[in-house]
Formats: sequence, structure tokens, C-alpha cells
Amino acid sequence: MNVTGFMQLYVFILAAFVGYQIITRVPPLLHTPLMSATNAISAISLVGSLVAAGSDRGPVSTWLGVIAVTAATINVVGGFVITDRMLKMFRREPTAPKDALPATSPEAAKAVEGK
Amino acid sequence: MRETFTQVTYVIASILFILGLRSLTKPDTARRGMHYAALGMLLAIIGTLVQHEIVRYDWIAGGLIVGTIIGIPLGTKVPMTAMPQRIAISHMFGALAATLVGVAEYWLYGEKLGTVKMAAVGFEVLFGALTITGSFMAFGKLQEIITGRAVTYKGQNAVNITLFGVTVAMFIYLIFYPGNAVVFYTMIGLALLIGVFMVLPIGGADMPVVISLLNSYAGLASAATGFAIGNNVLIIAGALDGASGFILSIVMSKAMNRSFQNVIFGAFGAAPTVSAKTVSGLSVRSISAEDAAIQLAYAKLVIVVPGYGMAVAQAQHQVRELAELIEKKGGEVKYAIHPVAGRMPGHMNVLLAEANVPYDRLYDMEEINGDFERADVALVIGANDVVNPAARNDKSSPIFGMPILNADKAQNIIVLKRSMNPGFAGIENELFYNDKTSLLFGDAKTSLSKLVAEMKTV
Repeated sequence: MNVTGFMQLYVFILAAFVGYQIITRVPPLLHTPLMSATNAISAISLVGSLVAAGSDRGPVSTWLGVIAVTAATINVVGGFVITDRMLKMFRREPTAPKDALPATSPEAAKAVEGK
Repeated sequence: MRETFTQVTYVIASILFILGLRSLTKPDTARRGMHYAALGMLLAIIGTLVQHEIVRYDWIAGGLIVGTIIGIPLGTKVPMTAMPQRIAISHMFGALAATLVGVAEYWLYGEKLGTVKMAAVGFEVLFGALTITGSFMAFGKLQEIITGRAVTYKGQNAVNITLFGVTVAMFIYLIFYPGNAVVFYTMIGLALLIGVFMVLPIGGADMPVVISLLNSYAGLASAATGFAIGNNVLIIAGALDGASGFILSIVMSKAMNRSFQNVIFGAFGAAPTVSAKTVSGLSVRSISAEDAAIQLAYAKLVIVVPGYGMAVAQAQHQVRELAELIEKKGGEVKYAIHPVAGRMPGHMNVLLAEANVPYDRLYDMEEINGDFERADVALVIGANDVVNPAARNDKSSPIFGMPILNADKAQNIIVLKRSMNPGFAGIENELFYNDKTSLLFGDAKTSLSKLVAEMKTV
């Protein structure tokens, strides 16, 4: 394995760690948007599809690339749009007077409410 | 110069993706964070399009336009109740893109790929192909094109393990002899088969684990694409997606007190394990909507336990309407959300949010379980296994050990149920025979509408 290969492996491992750290902190409340968000983000494979489709390396590469571009674009567009649509729906209690709660985090709000 | 620009856009995109996901840790910041992530995506696409390698744009434009035309309605039109199948099909598209890029790479370079690249391309098409068919099967089951029940036959595990073993052997062979195209394409074919066979024996109630697992595989396929074509932003995004799916699968498995292997090889839904506790002789108490409404009207604390039945009946709006009436009468309403209620992680939260239920009313299992004791009414709407006390006290039950919502601890339990058929796991539920439990039979939506009407007259 050459140096580039190892560098890629480093990138992968570090990104996986960062992902693990961040995602364990995503509350179950947002697990569905999380799924659609990661799905949209991983549609970055569009970048690879674009190269396959547009680098004029013969008809097979072009065709496979074009189908891949289409599939990935569906996920990029559909994924971000639907994630936004879902996140737009999550809102707090509208009547809760903000100043009544000492802390504004939902955890704190729940703790107060739970008493 | 152009190459530098491309790389800069990739670095920015990677940062924005990570920040976007981090924003999902809080509902208030989530939306803005995802806008940044979308911006990152746009930058990365522009950065790619200006590359020297790309010489023709006509085909690309075609793909982008067709993809956008299909993507927009998939984003704007699909109802929230159809979200599990929508997510499943998007895993399929993602995996399809990754696999095709891998095949294109192999077609172009063949044995010139060398060992390392071949390993990457192999991973890419392997994970990609089984995710394509696996996700499509999951989609079919959720959309009820094919039966949602687990499909099992004798020797199923032996067949699956053999198939898997052969495929892995081919993969290893290819790493050493990348020139053998027949093996490469056969491997893809087998991986496609694995995807079908893997999801076939999995019943509806186990879908949250499968969808999470496929999410992870789709991510890993993307990451492998990054290794194959030497692109770091792909590796990063794929790793994030892979990690996310992996964590969700673990969370879901834990919430069912089952291991990965058990979900994949266990064929839960089909196991005709009859619970040791026979229920013959016990009787259930049914209740009229009028009486139920009276109970709810005088309750101080009502905890709503939604389940897949609520999603099927699309009754989330009626639930919110009923909750508002209870609040008007001076009661408090909380929602208890089990991690595996529904067909995908977070399913119930999204549905209730759609019905305008404020998210600070939605409580996770650990947060709410202590509150059931002081709840006057636990209102169970189309949930079954997640409130089955057998998980706590019946060692012979297939769901023994699964953490459940303590609905049975409430003063009164009202269960909205279509019929006395057992839940997806096919297990009898003692809760329904509890002295404190009354059952309101009928479609969840109809029952709730009746309750709402009755509440207005109380």
C-alpha cells in the first residue's frame, strides 16, 4: 500500500471517529432527519459519478456515469429538501413563556416540566 | 490552479458536512446547519465540474436535470407516513450510484487497478450491490408490494452463509487477480442476491434495524468509492454516513434487546414461538368512546404511547386534536416514544411533529418511564410489543429483556386497537388483559375522532 492509500485510511478513520462522536449526541427525536441528512450528504458520490460521466472515457463509462449522476442527484436534491421539510416541522411549545424557564435547552425545559 | 480550486471546495464541503451533522444535535439549530451542508454539496459539485478531467457536459447536464426532476417530488410530495419507504429507496439510489462508478472504474482499468484500488472497488461494488437489492426489498416490504412478514424456509441461514462465504472468497481472489472480469461480475451478481436474501426473512417490526444497517452500508459504499477514485470528500462523507447508520443500528438493536446477528439471522417475525403464558380464559374489557372520553377529560396527566398503528391509520392529527382538548380541560399530555416504535428510527417523532405537536412534549423512553406511575391514563395508540409486560417478566417470551414503556404502571390504560390480533412479533400482550386496561376497538383514526367528538360534549 502506498502513501496515498495510507493517507486515505487516516482520513477515513478520523472522519469515522468524528462521525461517531457527533452522531451519538443526536437525540432520538431527530433520528429520522439524521437518516435523511446523512443520506443526502453521502450522495456526494455524485462527484465521482460526474467524473465518470463527463471525462469521455468511452461509452460504457459515460453511460454508467450518467445513470449514477441521475441516481445521486435524486438523493442530493430529494434528500436535502425532505430533511429541511422535516426539520421545519419540529417546533417548541408556542405558549411556553420563555422567561419562565431559566435555561433554554430542551433538556432543561423538560427537567422543569418533569417536576 | 483549477485543481487547487477543486480541492478547496472539497475541504469546505467536508467542514460544512460535519457542522451540518453537528447541528442535528439540537432541534433549534438543525435546519440552519443542514442549509450549510447543502451549500457544501453545491460547492463540491461546482468544484468538480471545473476539473480538467471533465470534457463534456451534455450527458452530465442530462443526468442532473433528470435527477432533479425526480428528486424534487421525492422531497416535497412524499407524505410523512411514507417516510420509512422513502428513506429505504434513497439508500438504493445512493448505493446504485456508488456501484456504477465502481463498475465504470473496473471496466476502464481492469487488472491495471492493482491490489489496493481493486480492494476499494471490490468493497464499493460489494456493499453497493447488496444495498441496492436489500433497500429495494425493504422498500417493497414497507410499501407492501411484497409481504411485510418474514419469509423463511428450511436451511435459509445455511444458504445465506454459503452465499456470503462464496462472495467474500471471490472478493479476496480478485484482490490478488484483479484481471478476472468473470469473477468480478459474478461477485456483483451474488452480492445482489445477498441483498434480497438478507432482507427476505426480516419482519416489519425489525425494519428499523435493517434500514439503519442499509444506511451504514450505503455510506461505506460511498467511502469505498472515495478510496477507489482517490477523493477525500467522498471518504469523509461516506465515513460519516457509515458511522451514523452503524450507531442507529446499535441503538435500535439495543432497544429490542437483540444483537445484530439475531436480527439478521434470527427471523424474529416468523418464529412461531408461542408465549408460555396462555391467555385463554382471560377476558378483555372493552370501553365505549364516551366512557373513555370521560376518563380522559378528568385526567391530570395523560401519557400517549403511539405505535405503528397510529402511522398506518395516519391518525397523528387526531391525536394532537385530542391532546388539545385534554389540555383545555386542565390535563397535561405527554408523549412516550419508544426507540423502535414504528418502522424506522424516529418515526413517531416525525409524525407527531408533522401534526404540530411541540417537540418538548415528546419524551424518550428513559425520560418518561418514571412518570407512568403518576399518570391517570396511558393512552396506547396502535402500539403493542413496546408496552408488553412480558418483556419484563416472562422469560419464555421472545421479547424478554427488551426495554419497554411502563404503560402498565399507569392508573388506567386505554388501548386503541383494531382487533385482538397479536402484534407484529405475534406475541400475546398481557397488558390488554390487565384489570386496569380497557380496549377501544376500531381504526385508530376513527376511534380518535369519536373521542374528540365525545370530549367536546363532556
